[in-house]
Amino acid sequence: MEAVRFDDAKHHRVGKPEARLALVDALLECGDPGDCAAAVLDWLCRHSGVCRGLCLMIDPDVDELRGIAAIGIDEPNATVAVANLHERTHPLVIALESREPVLFSPADEGDRYPPTPLGATPFLAAPLASISASERSAFGLLLVTMHDDRATGEADERLLGWAADALGVRLAALGYARARNSEQRLQREANRLKGVIEAVTDPILLTDSDGRILVSNSGAEHLLTVDPEAGEGRRRAVSLNNMLFSASLFTNVEQGEATRRELLLADPVDGQDLLFELLTSPFPLTRGDVGTVSVLRDVNDLSRATQEIEENYRRLRTAEAEIRAERDRLDVILSSELDPIVVTDWGGNIVLMNPPAERLFTVPETTRSRQADLRVRSNDAVFTSFASDIYAGRSLRWKKDLSLIDPETGRQIPMKAVSAKTRAKPGKDAAVVTILHDQSEAVEKTRLYEKVKHHSQELEQRVREATRELAEQNELLRRQALQLEQASAMKSQFLANVSHELRTPLHAVVGYTSLLLEGVSGELTPKQREKLSRVDSNASHLLAIIDDLLDLARIESGKMPVRTETFRIADVFREVRSESESLIDGSGLEVRFDAGEGIAPIVSDRKKVKQILLNLLSNALKFTPAGHVRIEAVHDPDAGRVRIAVADTGIGISPENQQTIFEAFGQSETIFTVKQNGTGLGLSICRRLAEVLDGEITLDSELGVGSTFTLVLPVRAEEP
Amino acid sequence: MNAFKQPLVLVVDDYEAGRELCAEYLEFRGYAVITAVDGAEALEKARRLLPDAILMDLSLPEMDGWEATRLLREDRTTRDIKIIALTAHALDTERQRALDAGCDELVTKPIIPKELERVVRDHLGLESAPDEG
Repeated sequence: MEAVRFDDAKHHRVGKPEARLALVDALLECGDPGDCAAAVLDWLCRHSGVCRGLCLMIDPDVDELRGIAAIGIDEPNATVAVANLHERTHPLVIALESREPVLFSPADEGDRYPPTPLGATPFLAAPLASISASERSAFGLLLVTMHDDRATGEADERLLGWAADALGVRLAALGYARARNSEQRLQREANRLKGVIEAVTDPILLTDSDGRILVSNSGAEHLLTVDPEAGEGRRRAVSLNNMLFSASLFTNVEQGEATRRELLLADPVDGQDLLFELLTSPFPLTRGDVGTVSVLRDVNDLSRATQEIEENYRRLRTAEAEIRAERDRLDVILSSELDPIVVTDWGGNIVLMNPPAERLFTVPETTRSRQADLRVRSNDAVFTSFASDIYAGRSLRWKKDLSLIDPETGRQIPMKAVSAKTRAKPGKDAAVVTILHDQSEAVEKTRLYEKVKHHSQELEQRVREATRELAEQNELLRRQALQLEQASAMKSQFLANVSHELRTPLHAVVGYTSLLLEGVSGELTPKQREKLSRVDSNASHLLAIIDDLLDLARIESGKMPVRTETFRIADVFREVRSESESLIDGSGLEVRFDAGEGIAPIVSDRKKVKQILLNLLSNALKFTPAGHVRIEAVHDPDAGRVRIAVADTGIGISPENQQTIFEAFGQSETIFTVKQNGTGLGLSICRRLAEVLDGEITLDSELGVGSTFTLVLPVRAEEP
Repeated sequence: MNAFKQPLVLVVDDYEAGRELCAEYLEFRGYAVITAVDGAEALEKARRLLPDAILMDLSLPEMDGWEATRLLREDRTTRDIKIIALTAHALDTERQRALDAGCDELVTKPIIPKELERVVRDHLGLESAPDEG
């Protein structure tokens, strides 16, 4: 126990020595701070003008001044905290720093500080402190108030100072002093720090220059310390971690400043690699030693976090790109020149329009007219009515035909409006997008289609009528054809009958003439014979005419039979010469046949070829007064034809007669009179026969020089 | 040929001039001649008298020449009689019908009697006319 020392110079004037001695005795008998303080307050009340008093002590746990003893004040309030030490400007805190008692008047302070338990009356505050030179710091206050009728005097202050000193010394002696207070605080702060570093999940540790661990948290202990009873693997892992950490630490300490570097350690429990970022900073220790604070940041989590952040960033970018693309698409749609698009909010207000829609729902700047304004209003009314239907309706999509007006031109535009509600949040209608499709074209198309359809039907009707008419015409033609056929048949039959009817009497004429000339009815006189010869000749002529007529009739009715066979032209020439012998002899002309040695047999109707040649030869003989007649055959292999020319040196035929000579009964009167033997049908029949044989007859003639009739025939006539 | 060695010719023609002409000339040339004016008579006389040859006109009343010829050809007793069709028809179809019916020859009117006699003579296989024989 430390001896109480008195400053005689200061205290000899305070109180009576006996009284002071009595207080010291009382203090020495007390072992409790509260009892000591109570003894001092009681002594002050008895030996000075103090009427109320309070002893305050610093509570180191909460840094507050708390009462431990009081006098003249209600007991419950005595121990109430009266001031916080951190309030540097608080009068009591200031008093703690003072060496002498200080007078305070709470009334002067106003409402700045809560009143002490002593109330608003002025009081004296004396610090309580140990009086040793090294630790002169107050750990408490002694507050006293004088009797109302007594002013605070110097003597009171002195007595209070002495009493406070005595209490301070006694309390210090009792160990309730600043030194002990500091130790407790240190321990408390150490605990706090420990709590703080334990709260950090990253391993933290303080090492001295030799690498010994001074402070560590459980994270660090997990990695670097091990129970000697632990398994082999775990001990080896911890040993390896210590080696790696020490090596890393040594390098850092050499550098003598805060550093950071990566450190790969092993988890002693599962052996997994753990990547740390080692942050070190120098830390001054006692005796000039410098330790190191190390923080091991778990980079494993960091790298995972980094990856996650990167992944999120990538997703964000993708989403952003998608949104941008979507936005672009929307822009394209909205800025499209084709269809007006209107976006309306839930209240029916137009919030977005593309240019085509603007043309419908806004008055054009260029033609700001009343008319345009009215039209826009009309459009607005129509659209609003439509929009209200959508809001009223439950379906997400809506379709309707609207009739809008072009504000500029006033043209009626039939529109098909298609709307869709968009949903920003589930179940909540956000906006309505409406696309207006111009139906003018479709309407026009429909109109045109109807028109085309109408015309088409009309055309169809006409075609039907025309077809019916055609069918009637066809029927008529068919009947006419039938009638013609019948007529033709009748004509042929008629000709055949006429031929028959003519021949029958002619037979009698020819027969009886022949009978008479033969002398069956007795000898005739020369005159009779001559006249009978005339009858005979004319009968023959008549017969020739009848034969020719019959031939013509057969050709014209298409009933001329063609019987093809293969024959040589030279053979036909011989027959023609033979049958025409009397004529040739009678003509006195030189007649020459030349069938050309190289001409191959042809295929044709032999009888008809002969008939034609007989006719041509007889004509040539008839109309050639003098000179010669040549019948010549030439083969034209390129054309596949044979040309048989009958050339005479006769009277010739004038160009105009050349045109008509092949017509039936075309023989000119002049010619007829020269020789009476022609029927006028010969050439006509010849030409037609040639045609029946797929050939032709050409004429080359000059008046007074002669004529050449050429029969051209195919080498191989087709079977009919 | 009958016993008198005079060939018997049946001349069938509804046209009197034609019939008489033939009959007169053939008798002049030594033939025995009988006549008929239609097909039915011709058929009856041919069956009864069995002529050596028949000069058959085709367009006839009662029964035409084609039909008569066909019937004569069907009958065994008359089948070998020479039948020479004598017609004013000139159409090929009618001529062909005559040959199809069974005529041995077809002669078109008009024909001078002398030539007609030559045709008959040829068919009867005579070297000359009976009057010359």
